[in-house]
Amino acid sequence: MTTALKEIITKERMINLFEKNRKEIFKNDPEPVSRLRQKAFDSFAQLGFPNNRMEEWRNTDLKEFLGKEYEYYFHPLPGMDVRKIFRCNIPHLDTAIIGQMNGWYVSKDVPLIRLGNGMILGSLAQAFREYPEIIGQHYGKYTASGKSGLNDLNTAFAQDGIFIYVPDNVHSPKPIQLINVIQHEENIFLQSRNLVLLGRNARLSLVHCDDSYNHQASFSNIVTEVHLDEGAFLDHYKLQNLNNNSTLISNTVFQLEKDAELISDFITLNGGMIRNNTRVLFNGPHGTASIYGLYLMDRRQHIDNHLYVDHAAPHCTSMELFKGIMDENSSGVFNGHVYVRKDAQKTNAYQGNRNILLTDTAKVNSKPFLEIYADDVKCSHGSTTGQLDDEAMFYLMQRGIGPESARMLLMFAFANEIVGKVSIPELRLRLEDMVKKRLQGELQICEQCVLHCNTPEHPIEFDIDMSKI
Amino acid sequence: MLLSIKNLHASINGKEILRGINLEVNQGEVHAIMGPNGTGKSTLASVIAGRDVFEVTQGEITYKGKNLFKLPIEDRAREGIFIGFQYPVEIPGVSMTNFIRTAVNELRKYKGLDPISAVEFLKMMEENKRLVEIQSNLTNRSVNEGFSGGEKKKNEIFQMAMLEPTLAILDETDSGLDIDALRIVANGVNKLRTKENAFVIITHYQRLLDYIVPDFVHVLFEGRIVKTGRKELAFELEEKGYDWIKKEFE
Repeated sequence: MTTALKEIITKERMINLFEKNRKEIFKNDPEPVSRLRQKAFDSFAQLGFPNNRMEEWRNTDLKEFLGKEYEYYFHPLPGMDVRKIFRCNIPHLDTAIIGQMNGWYVSKDVPLIRLGNGMILGSLAQAFREYPEIIGQHYGKYTASGKSGLNDLNTAFAQDGIFIYVPDNVHSPKPIQLINVIQHEENIFLQSRNLVLLGRNARLSLVHCDDSYNHQASFSNIVTEVHLDEGAFLDHYKLQNLNNNSTLISNTVFQLEKDAELISDFITLNGGMIRNNTRVLFNGPHGTASIYGLYLMDRRQHIDNHLYVDHAAPHCTSMELFKGIMDENSSGVFNGHVYVRKDAQKTNAYQGNRNILLTDTAKVNSKPFLEIYADDVKCSHGSTTGQLDDEAMFYLMQRGIGPESARMLLMFAFANEIVGKVSIPELRLRLEDMVKKRLQGELQICEQCVLHCNTPEHPIEFDIDMSKI
Repeated sequence: MLLSIKNLHASINGKEILRGINLEVNQGEVHAIMGPNGTGKSTLASVIAGRDVFEVTQGEITYKGKNLFKLPIEDRAREGIFIGFQYPVEIPGVSMTNFIRTAVNELRKYKGLDPISAVEFLKMMEENKRLVEIQSNLTNRSVNEGFSGGEKKKNEIFQMAMLEPTLAILDETDSGLDIDALRIVANGVNKLRTKENAFVIITHYQRLLDYIVPDFVHVLFEGRIVKTGRKELAFELEEKGYDWIKKEFE
């Protein structure tokens, strides 16, 4: 069923939409999912959408974005041609690609694949049917209901997304690239849900891309739950390259058990309004989480990175560094909250946010925040916002480098502190190139999106060759 | 005449630092500018380079027959003016190789030449690294970041060697150097001296002039050149200090 929300999105409209499509929404659910769904729906009915009277939303106002007309679908678009998603490749990067179109898993043949090593990849909706025990154990367990209206809205509505399961002691032999392309002729509202599970001592590299195919407006409210069991290691990259009419609320929750290690890079190259809500919970001792971010914004773009790191166990280390270059009338928010509980002794935490404002009209609201209840910890934070270094500019120009090139060298150097941390060499090279292009104003969606898609006139089939994994 | 400075006045934040400098430099010459601290030596270098924090209120500078004030900073550099900085700035994230290749290529572009080939560039890098005895691999290092004081100064001479300027102004390149580093820096300068280029060595001490023999020595005091002589003047200053100059001109 196609349901267009032809007016501004309100709590009441979402409630109506849910009630009207209840049968379709609940269709694939195993019992625990149904229960969660109903509970989340009730909670959303209480909470509604966030507004900027709420502390967490003071500097990001959704009103303008909710105020557009969007269409909503409860199934993949009819006639959606897989071949319309283009081969998305990073040169020489050998990955397994999983595709999503408007949040729906794109399957060529099989919706869910079980590999020889026990890994399972594919559609979450299918996982609901085939693996209810795994779903029952993990789905919705890492996002608390009743805290965020948007989160609950996603839990209530989400029907599909990506499911990745890496069993105990399995090391994924190659990175998995998860690509969500938004492509529709009308404005679209979508809510997909991803579940990524790493068993004990499992290892995975995951490249997670959000891209637009055209300039149509979209509103995405996405939730990704990630669980790292004891000793697991996840190298995670989030690449966001959406059009200027896109609104993306990306909620990512990581739960780390004992000795787990997470590295996560949030790289925002383009997008109208992007809010990344990222939560990390150390649920066992000796965990490590390094969360990096880079955002390059211009025009009227808005980026908001909200991070919450919960040190609920001792001997854990968290490191956050977010850097941004803001041009023209762009605006940004960095809100980092490190919460160190009473028993989380020997916590080591750092938060940093650095911004360069290229114009007088660009702005950033930066708020690193440490809340510490343990007494034997090492925590620090720092935040700077300023212009390009005059001394460095002069030095470069004195060597004959023109002001434009000098600016470019300095901006790239600033950004490269984050890109340089990318541990997959092919991805790093690609990103360096993308960042250069972005800074030179050459990067446009589709023409050269993060996926390095080919031209729209030249559709190539989405290539998922599972034999290669 | 390579450089001609006439009655140069310059100030910063309304405070006059240079108060009527006159100086002429010809190709093939080495000039030393000495003087006590805070008399305007570094300001002179900055004004020649085009640093916009200084305001030129009077006077003129002609370089290669052109009005220097009409050229932006980068064109002055491309026309062959090089400043060896007293405190070279650290630029995290910009690799030495990328930086120097960009500079070399911008210079070549200005002269209507094609970008330097990778092979030629590497060869030039190696030769010039040897000249100033830089052992480390510069490829993975950011400009001046984490360099010791001596390394920074050697790096300035290295860049000078890479860019082959016509007029090199070395601003207290000797300060803070131990005797070995001083010898290396001086040796670099001596090897780069030709009939076509010129050097202006700004220094507080006579020490460097044991290694680089100047054709002229100028004493800068309170924004003016108050004395000009041959290299013997440097010895005199070393012996007597600057007090006699101060007494004479205060």
